[in-house]
Amino acid sequence: MMVSYLFLREYWWLIMSLLAGLLVFLMFVQGGQSFIFSLPRNDMQRKMVVNSLGRKWEFTFTTLVTFGGAFFASFPLFYASSFGGAYYLWMAILFSFIIQAVAYEYRSKPANVFGTSVFDTFLFINGCLGPFLIGVAVATFFTGSDFTLDLFNRVSWGTGWHGLEALINPVNLLLGLAVLFLTRVLGLMYLENSVDDAELTRSIRKALLRNAIPFLLFFLAFVAFMLFGKGYRADAVTGEVTLVKHHYLNNLLGNIVILVLFAGGVVAVLYSLWLGIIRGSRKAIWFAGSGTVPVVMALFFLTGYGETAFYPSSTDPDSSLTLARASSSYFTLKTMMYVSFIIPAVVAYIWYAWSSINRKRITMEEMNGDDHMY
Amino acid sequence: MIENFDLSLVNWSRAQFALTAIYHWLFVPLTLGLSFILAFMETLYVRTGDEMWKKITKFWMTLFGINFAIGVATGIILEFEFGTNWSNYSWFVGDIFGAPLAVEGIMAFFLESTFVAVMFFGWNKVSKKFHLASTWLVAVGANLSALWILVANAWMENPVGMVFNPDTARNEMNSFSQVIFNPVAVDKFLHTVTSGFVLASVFVIGISSWFLIRKREEMLARKSIYIAGIFGLISALAVAFTGDTSARTLAKVQPVKFAAMEALYEGKTDAGLTVIGALSDNGERIGEKKVHDVKMKIEIPGLLSFMTTGRSDGYVPGLKDLINGNPDRGILSVAEMMERGRYARQVLTDYKVAKELGDNDSMATLAAKFEDTDFIENYFRYFGYSYFEHPWQVIPSVPVIFYAFRVMVGLGFFFILLFILAIWFHRRRTLERNRWFLWLALFSIPLAYLASELGWIVTEMGRQPWIIQNLMPVNVAVSNISAGAVQTTFWLFAVLFTALLTAEISIMVKQIKIGPKH
Ligand code: HDD
Ligand code: HEM
Ligand code: HEM
Repeated sequence: MMVSYLFLREYWWLIMSLLAGLLVFLMFVQGGQSFIFSLPRNDMQRKMVVNSLGRKWEFTFTTLVTFGGAFFASFPLFYASSFGGAYYLWMAILFSFIIQAVAYEYRSKPANVFGTSVFDTFLFINGCLGPFLIGVAVATFFTGSDFTLDLFNRVSWGTGWHGLEALINPVNLLLGLAVLFLTRVLGLMYLENSVDDAELTRSIRKALLRNAIPFLLFFLAFVAFMLFGKGYRADAVTGEVTLVKHHYLNNLLGNIVILVLFAGGVVAVLYSLWLGIIRGSRKAIWFAGSGTVPVVMALFFLTGYGETAFYPSSTDPDSSLTLARASSSYFTLKTMMYVSFIIPAVVAYIWYAWSSINRKRITMEEMNGDDHMY
Repeated sequence: MIENFDLSLVNWSRAQFALTAIYHWLFVPLTLGLSFILAFMETLYVRTGDEMWKKITKFWMTLFGINFAIGVATGIILEFEFGTNWSNYSWFVGDIFGAPLAVEGIMAFFLESTFVAVMFFGWNKVSKKFHLASTWLVAVGANLSALWILVANAWMENPVGMVFNPDTARNEMNSFSQVIFNPVAVDKFLHTVTSGFVLASVFVIGISSWFLIRKREEMLARKSIYIAGIFGLISALAVAFTGDTSARTLAKVQPVKFAAMEALYEGKTDAGLTVIGALSDNGERIGEKKVHDVKMKIEIPGLLSFMTTGRSDGYVPGLKDLINGNPDRGILSVAEMMERGRYARQVLTDYKVAKELGDNDSMATLAAKFEDTDFIENYFRYFGYSYFEHPWQVIPSVPVIFYAFRVMVGLGFFFILLFILAIWFHRRRTLERNRWFLWLALFSIPLAYLASELGWIVTEMGRQPWIIQNLMPVNVAVSNISAGAVQTTFWLFAVLFTALLTAEISIMVKQIKIGPKH
């Protein structure tokens, strides 16, 4: 097949955007975990919450891992510069996921040394820090980071904070908080859908409104700053990177696909909130999910496509990464494109396996049964 | 490129990577092998309909789950560590090395994690057949993930399937099939997964023996010992066989590592294979490296020559030949390789400068070199050597590798014996009477872990100072961060992983004591 280098780069950015969208949606697991101490009224309710989330955590985790691997293969210069530079930020994210991975399996097992509450605290920490820090890290795609690349593309970070400095930029915080509250909303909707318990359902409905409002506020504030502020434009011919007013707004208005994804996604999410809060419907999660994925994709498209530097350097614009600069070779991108064709099959079997064990909602009776339990 | 690097940064980065890899490897081999053992057991359940097999399967599955969770927790960190700690490496070879890592995620990890959920939660929800298929798919998924990561690792030991692109100053892949069918990858995959099968078999036999010692769950124990005994024996023979082929390939692609494994300093014909020996410093030095004599040696005459060359009078180069060169045998000295590597690096720098200055004529002449076979095969090939100051720097730590290798191989033969005994006593129905055997089997569990970790020590320490053989030494690969940052995360990992390991062992032991559910 003859495809252009440009096409391959954009194709891989599409895959990365899709993975990012799925990751944010699947972080409903984290969002749910962040309620572990506040939502359940008793141990039985907590057990139901944990077990319904616990059957999904591996998907989120594996998506994160695949996201890392695919970035490495397709845009290695990003992988090297961001991970090797914003060292502490990424390490903090990783730590929050390491403690999650064991918490489900170990929390209720006898002789687990630290006791159930420590493992539940791990779940809580991961539930809050994971989405928040990932949101902050993604926000730097718009706000830029303090780094330079030398002649041989080796990165030097400007501050000894190695990524933690992103936490003092208010715009980054806005996206971090927006993602945090979004995943909390998603978590509530998922629990409403999968747990069959009247009392728990009532607490979920109340919590939904309280979390939807901050989500909307933080998200709108971020979008406003991003669209109406300056953006990193990379000249298609000279490659020169400059800060341009309304750059992301222009990208949005100039590309009908991005506009439709963004607007359609936002509408779907709003509709899901109406379903969940006003109508008390169990189906809200599906609309929220199918809205979240395109919105995240649209955000990624805004930074990657259309003469934009997707990983900008705020101190040395020339060091900013564009798709062209950061990508793998033609050969690798093309080989990996063939590999990516199996993704639909992967999605299909996940769907099949998922629905075959999910036909019944989680009930108190099941929790008292003798199956594998968290 | 980096002329004066921070040695303590390099060492802390290595320590951190080694720490996390060693922890990861504490859990992975059991997953690789136990997943297949579960699949065998469940197949017997579905075939015979005997509830006993279901009980047995479920018991081992509980232990599998405890181990699996922490395997996942330690794995994610390794994946990102290439970026966080070896970012220059990641950029230099991301084009090639990232690909198998991505394929691993897409192909293997999803398979594993999806069907693990069915395996644990599906007993009463899906049909027997679908459940069985899920258990098999977990085993396939786990071993597929081993395949891809080992392809990546093998590439670092023997880089193939790429060309250098002077414009981007990095290596780019030009053949995916060469990367996958790299001879080192084939050996490594077969040896590593079969060693995981051995470890899991020893684990199952050891724990079953404990039940027999305690006179509990005798049916479960005997059946498990039988299955693990057969699986283990076949695997252990395969381990010995694939270990041997690994060594033969090694002799070709990493002669320095090979000579270090044998503590062979002087090259010779009719070289014997040292089975047992003790190293002693003989006072001589190569640069700053000690030279050792092998004392108390038991050796098989001619075997080493035979293994490496196919003839018992073949010549095996020693470390001194490899460092100082041996023109009669066509071996270049390291000093010469350093010269040639420096020349290649100078060409690259000139090219970069010409590009900066926009000097198109020089650029064209210099770029042509990177397509010239003579330059590639006789100069650029030694690029990595340009970073050394002294030839002796390419010698890894001989004693560590020498002993680690011997202990691993010795244990390999010991396990073959252990499995034969297990099958024998099971057939004669005398397992319970031979309590010495039961105790031996129980205490073999840590030995299996030891052998497995030592295997990686041989591989990884043996290729020092290279991160990519002949192309990139470790100190050039490291990220540009402070040693203090790495020190901080090192200690965080050390504490966290140790705490998690403690919990894992405690939970595991408790579940074993509880035994299967009735
Ligand atoms: C995909 C590649 C890969 C894989 C599968 C492994 N390693 Fe490794 N290892 C490296 C890639 C690597 C590396 C990144 O290349 C390091 C870091 C610096 C170096 O020289 O090699 C390394 C270093 C390194 C060291 C330090 C050596 C030294 O500093 O002298 C040890 C002890 C290990 N590893 C042990 C292991 C173990 C127990 C593994 C089993 C899981 C393992 N490695 C798998
Ligand atoms: C530097 C090298 C390695 C990296 C980067 C790495 C990465 C990972 C990651 C990210 C996971 C978690 C996957 C998930 O989300 O489910 C994982 C688990 C796993 N890895 Fe590794 N790994 C490495 C070495 C190895 C080796 C050498 C093997 C086998 C030969 C291996 C086999 C496995 C298996 C079977 C699992 C499943 C979980 C478990 O075993 O408990 N890995 N690895
Ligand atoms: C029986 C005789 C054995 C022989 C001849 C043998 C040989 C070897 C050799 C030559 C290597 C180095 C490969 C390289 O550097 O590329 C190696 C590595 C390794 N060995 Fe063994 N080995 C044996 C037994 C075992 C046993 C019993 C285990 C564990 C249960 C084991 C586990 C490993 C592992 C995990 C590695 C690292 C992976 C690799 O590089 O292939 N080996 N072995």
